[in-house]
Amino acid sequence: MKILVVDDEADVQPLFLQRFRREIRDHEFEFDFALSGEDALNYLHDKHSEVVLILSDINMPGMSGLELLSRIRHEYDEPPPMVMMITAYGDEENHRQAMDRGANDFLTKPLDFNLLKEKLRTFSTE
Amino acid sequence: MDIFYFLAAFILIRRINKRFKFTPLYAKWHALFNVASLVVVLFYTVVRITLETWADNLIGAAVLVGIVFYADREEDFKPWRKMFIVTYPLAAVGVITGITAFVAGDFYENNHGWFDIATAAAFVWMFARWAASRKQEEELKMASIKNTELEKLVAERTAEITKQKEELEETLQELKTTQAQLIQSEKMASLGELTAGIAHEIQNPLNFVNNFSDVSAELIDEMEEELSKGDIEEAKAIAGDIKQNLEKIRHHGQRADGIVKGMLQHSRASSNVKEPADINKLADEYLRLAYHGLRAKDKSFNAELITHFAENLPTAEMVPQDIGRVLLNLFNNAFYAVQKKQAAAGDGFKPTVEVDTSLKGKNIEIVVKDNGTGIPDDIREKIMQPFFTTKPTGQGTGLGLSLSYDIVVKAHNGKIDVKSKDGEGSEFRISIPV
Repeated sequence: MKILVVDDEADVQPLFLQRFRREIRDHEFEFDFALSGEDALNYLHDKHSEVVLILSDINMPGMSGLELLSRIRHEYDEPPPMVMMITAYGDEENHRQAMDRGANDFLTKPLDFNLLKEKLRTFSTE
Repeated sequence: MDIFYFLAAFILIRRINKRFKFTPLYAKWHALFNVASLVVVLFYTVVRITLETWADNLIGAAVLVGIVFYADREEDFKPWRKMFIVTYPLAAVGVITGITAFVAGDFYENNHGWFDIATAAAFVWMFARWAASRKQEEELKMASIKNTELEKLVAERTAEITKQKEELEETLQELKTTQAQLIQSEKMASLGELTAGIAHEIQNPLNFVNNFSDVSAELIDEMEEELSKGDIEEAKAIAGDIKQNLEKIRHHGQRADGIVKGMLQHSRASSNVKEPADINKLADEYLRLAYHGLRAKDKSFNAELITHFAENLPTAEMVPQDIGRVLLNLFNNAFYAVQKKQAAAGDGFKPTVEVDTSLKGKNIEIVVKDNGTGIPDDIREKIMQPFFTTKPTGQGTGLGLSLSYDIVVKAHNGKIDVKSKDGEGSEFRISIPV
């Protein structure tokens, strides 16, 4: 399962690669990264068919995660990728907006990677 | 008429005696005066009984002149010299009368009425002069009383003015203290606005510190597994990752450290110590803080941040926390302007805040640009004035730009230029000498 992680913090990348070291080695998951909403849209433009799940931060300079979510829902319908939103502000407002805009799930920072793994496994077996 | 000379001498002595009363000189002269006046009276009696007219006159004049001569040589009588001088005509008349009576007795006998008149006239004149000088003295005395009164008045007024001056100085001191407090509270207000931004900025590195420590612990377990399996290569690769993670933990720890230090620096009373500072770092730090601060309050708000930081910019001598406050203030204003415009313009509007740094000759230039509401022409002149604010009551101190102006222009010999178009955005250009 290919997962696109969108976060403006570059260090998210080694973190995911290490956290999912075994899963990646066992070819359970495959990760790609984008540093902004714009980046992510460009990536999807080329490879949207490969990506099964998008994990996006909400709070990013430029295009926010919520805007990215809306664009994805608007532009990539066939098949609709799963989108999980992550934000540092674990508040109702962002949660509601993410859900309104069609997010499949919602995670708060700091990320609980065990919970994330579980959720990803649930998605991949669905 | 020889009595007039002795009378004049007697009165003169009594008068001087009276003048000396209530002065330190009285004790010194008082006894002598009494003796002298007594002597004059006795002398007159003796002379009158025993001697002829011509001798009476000459001796009377001599007594008068003798007293005047004596007084003239005494320092203590200096102020009363006028009183002695006016006896000269009387003495002169006495001498002339005496000599005439002696030399030309017949002539004197025939005309002695004239001589008497002359004597009386000289005596009267002398008396008149004394009276006049006494009046003058009294006037002088009055004047001196008035002077004293005036001096007292002046002293009172001076005391009053001194008191007022002290009160004013006290008020000025109070105002200065209030100003310092206002500056501090403005700092604290802007810090308050920043709290959420700071929390976010610290939360991120802390998350990384926690995550990288956790994952490193897991990696060590995995490394042990690989080692027991005998896969040295894989174990080495894991060790490399762990080492990298430790560096990352350190990096993010320092990042949080820097933010906390910056916050403390911002809140501390300015030390006013100029030191070389990296303007790009300062601008980047405060831009993030301002942005996250606003986002914490308005979660739907999002803006595009464009930074053009000139590379290899020389460091400039500045008070970093003060310039940081200026930048923070400009960023806060810029975000406020785009936020307001977004609220009015709706979805089609893309809020943008741009920060550029560059070297212009011997100045570092920082441009903060936004595409927000802009500044209407009629208030452009006022924006640097203390307490001027367009924000609703309680939301802005109105001190941000005025303090920024003081910091840049007065404390750093720099410049602030403003360009703005109502409804289209604003541009603040700061230049600070390298």
